[in-house]
Amino acid sequence: MAEIKNYTINFGPQHPAAHGVLRLVLELDGEVVVRADPHIGLLHRGTEKLAETRTWIQSVPYMDRLDYVSMMCNEHAYCMAIERLIGLEVPLRAQYIRVMMDEVTRILNHLLNIGTHALDIGAMAMVLYTFREREDLLDVYEAISGARMHAAYYRPGGVYRDLPDRMPQYEVNRFKSAEDVRQLNESRQGSLLDFLEDFTNRFPGYLDEYESLLTDNRIWKQRTVGVGVLSPERALQLGCTGPMLRGSGVEWDLRKKQPYEVYERMAFDIPVGVNGDCYDRYLVRMEEMRQSNRIVKQCISWLRANPGPVIVDNHKAAPPSRERMKGNMEELIHHFKLFTEGMHVPVGEVYAAVEHPKGEFGVWAVSDGANKPYRLKLRSPGFPHLAAVNEMATGHMIADVTAIIGTIDLVLGDTDR
Amino acid sequence: MNQTLTRLQSLLNHHLAGRILGLTHAFNELTLEVGVGDYHAVMRQLRGQPELSFEQLIDLSGIDYSEFVGREERRFAVTVHLSSLLHNWRLRVRVYASDASFPVVASVADVWASANWYEREAFDLFGILFDGHNDLRRILTDYGFVGHPFRKDFPISGHVEMRYDAEQKRVVYQPVTIEPREVTPRIVREDLYARGVDHG
Repeated sequence: MAEIKNYTINFGPQHPAAHGVLRLVLELDGEVVVRADPHIGLLHRGTEKLAETRTWIQSVPYMDRLDYVSMMCNEHAYCMAIERLIGLEVPLRAQYIRVMMDEVTRILNHLLNIGTHALDIGAMAMVLYTFREREDLLDVYEAISGARMHAAYYRPGGVYRDLPDRMPQYEVNRFKSAEDVRQLNESRQGSLLDFLEDFTNRFPGYLDEYESLLTDNRIWKQRTVGVGVLSPERALQLGCTGPMLRGSGVEWDLRKKQPYEVYERMAFDIPVGVNGDCYDRYLVRMEEMRQSNRIVKQCISWLRANPGPVIVDNHKAAPPSRERMKGNMEELIHHFKLFTEGMHVPVGEVYAAVEHPKGEFGVWAVSDGANKPYRLKLRSPGFPHLAAVNEMATGHMIADVTAIIGTIDLVLGDTDR
Repeated sequence: MNQTLTRLQSLLNHHLAGRILGLTHAFNELTLEVGVGDYHAVMRQLRGQPELSFEQLIDLSGIDYSEFVGREERRFAVTVHLSSLLHNWRLRVRVYASDASFPVVASVADVWASANWYEREAFDLFGILFDGHNDLRRILTDYGFVGHPFRKDFPISGHVEMRYDAEQKRVVYQPVTIEPREVTPRIVREDLYARGVDHG
């Protein structure tokens, strides 16, 4: 009888379903995975080391580039760490803006995840629909921060600026006729909040469309039900957080359990799964988008009624306004010192965590009193999730590996840091 | 200090009596320091003891204290962030490796599976060895990388750079050709400066 040996193949680093540069060494017995060994670090940029050589505020834009599909949530944890070390009280309006943008970010992230996950396992159309909605939300990003993705909008002590009163408009060009432009601009006539409110009214309808495409879709269920099952005990052992943990039926959400900013004022529910498979995690993410939509609506109505400052008045941490800086010597000095030397953070260490769309994103910041961090450790949710792939994939067919990579919502920028 | 942390503090004092080198409270967080010899047993107890019940190891990372004023003596430490879902509290555990030239700490990968990759990361970036870890390979740096990049004596620009050599028709490594430059110097000021107290 012929000698049969296990076959080892490389999945990635250049593979469309690897969501970036993941190299997965798969040991196969026929078509069944015996061992999956992820090789990461191909996108390692040494963000933590780089941050040690830059002032505290200069590292804010680096945070956007960690998980580059949920930019503002990364900034949020980083700014929260600094605020706790210095003892800054963030103005209430800034807290509402942060919560609103965190939830917009969550919708952005889940839309990308569900779209590409479906694409990976054969449902081509999903990604076209989800990117249609992402476009609107990225316009929101652009309107408030000036950048569609890498916003650098959250600053220690608040947010960079208040919400804009008008939305950017489309213009006629050789691809868009006057009639197209009129339709596109219809919802952009008012302020940013008007545009976002219009979106939140439309969005549940879109979610129903996605559900009708996927939730009862026979092929989608065949590819996801019973695949990559994690029991609640194993999910805890493996350090899973976010939808990965909730999909296994553990009700754990930092927004509810350890509320930060104004989450305790928000009415929303935490969806949990039952079986802990890819399908349940998909359902959890769908429901989370509906809940995020609810939170955004609540923030909009509060923000309409309550104007106020959006960043602290402590000029050791936040710059004075441009207007006042131009007319006042003292404020000019503050501005100069803050942007050359940077802010000083007292000696100490904190761990600040937020409920990031992918799980718990934490920042462990150690300061020795200087204008730069002594050590910054970024606890990204994707790192332990990817470590769990071996356990989830073993015993499944090779085609299920793509379903498992999709369900852990992998972004290598966040895993590799 | 809030009530939960007071309770956690007294429980820790009760269950870990004699093995606590330091238990500090700052910024509404508790930091427990244990000796390198007790570390594994303490961690096992933190997870197993129902009154403490730290089900999750959220994070484990190394740190190089060689340039931290007041802590240069014991260079390497491992810091673990634990979380308990049952009691809804968190704890930071720190253990200093005894020998700075050959730092070894026990592995807790048998207590929490999530420690596996975190320990590989701390080994890769700081060169801390984890006794009892069954797969201590590099994880984030390149295949064949030399050195431990997150140590304070490792320059930010590294030691080698990579380029494509047209003559040899392959990628080659060579010593770095750029010089590290520091735009903003590192400055330490007095403690109250940061909070904007008593400064005009």
